Amino acid sequence: MTQVTKKSKVSRRDMLKIAGVGAVTVGAVALTGNAQAKPEDVNAYFKKVGVDAAKASKVTVDGPEIAENGNTVPIEISVDAPMTEKEYVKTIYVAAEGNPTPEVVTFNLTPASGEARVKFRMRLATTQKVRAVAMMNDGSTFTGEKEIKVTIGGCGG
Amino acid sequence: MSKAPKPRVKAPKSASKGDVVTIKTTISHRMESGMRKGKDGKLIPRQIINKFEALFNGKQIMSANMFPSISANPYLDFDMLVEEAGEFEFKWYDDNGEVYSKKAKMKLKG
Repeated sequence: MTQVTKKSKVSRRDMLKIAGVGAVTVGAVALTGNAQAKPEDVNAYFKKVGVDAAKASKVTVDGPEIAENGNTVPIEISVDAPMTEKEYVKTIYVAAEGNPTPEVVTFNLTPASGEARVKFRMRLATTQKVRAVAMMNDGSTFTGEKEIKVTIGGCGG
Repeated sequence: MSKAPKPRVKAPKSASKGDVVTIKTTISHRMESGMRKGKDGKLIPRQIINKFEALFNGKQIMSANMFPSISANPYLDFDMLVEEAGEFEFKWYDDNGEVYSKKAKMKLKG
């Protein structure tokens, strides 16, 4: 932006830079216009579904370190637990700290699942933590999280 | 939505008893979040697939409740423990009340 003051010397590259900055500004405004979830909202959501006392272990949230496009970010959640009739992961709650609403998806698994692993694609409005809580059939809960950096948000304001 | 949502499934045609097989599913759907504004400045009403269900011989393997944070053309990848031959049934529930489904058969090896 600093080079633009000299008239008639606005190169194609500079124009693109200006356009880029403009787009980013518009994006930021659109995002702040939306009511975004905060980490507390995720806590409140987990409390509502009764899994706020989850222990930080066993659950792995896997995804890219940096997502170039927040519209579709692949996430894989796996729980280090057996899937037998006696002991299995019953529910996996997934929530995001920086999207307009905290809930992302809830998986209900059964012993027929064979493995406590799911993969999906989600929208990320901004750089944020994706958190997951797994509830076992006996009611015990475990949690894991991952922070994902987003360069272009995906909740189109 | 201009086109009817089209479900697509990738599941094994045969497997051995005791195997854990991976199933991949997707459906073409905009997953309109209800937070975007249209050209007229008004919010476009929410319309998403809010629930997915996977069954094998009528018994539920897993289900998923989805929210607007799920991407368009929702993709799900999960596993199943093979016990017997039979038929998969996958169901997607749309906000508008429609249910889309797809079936696939699986044999036992050997």
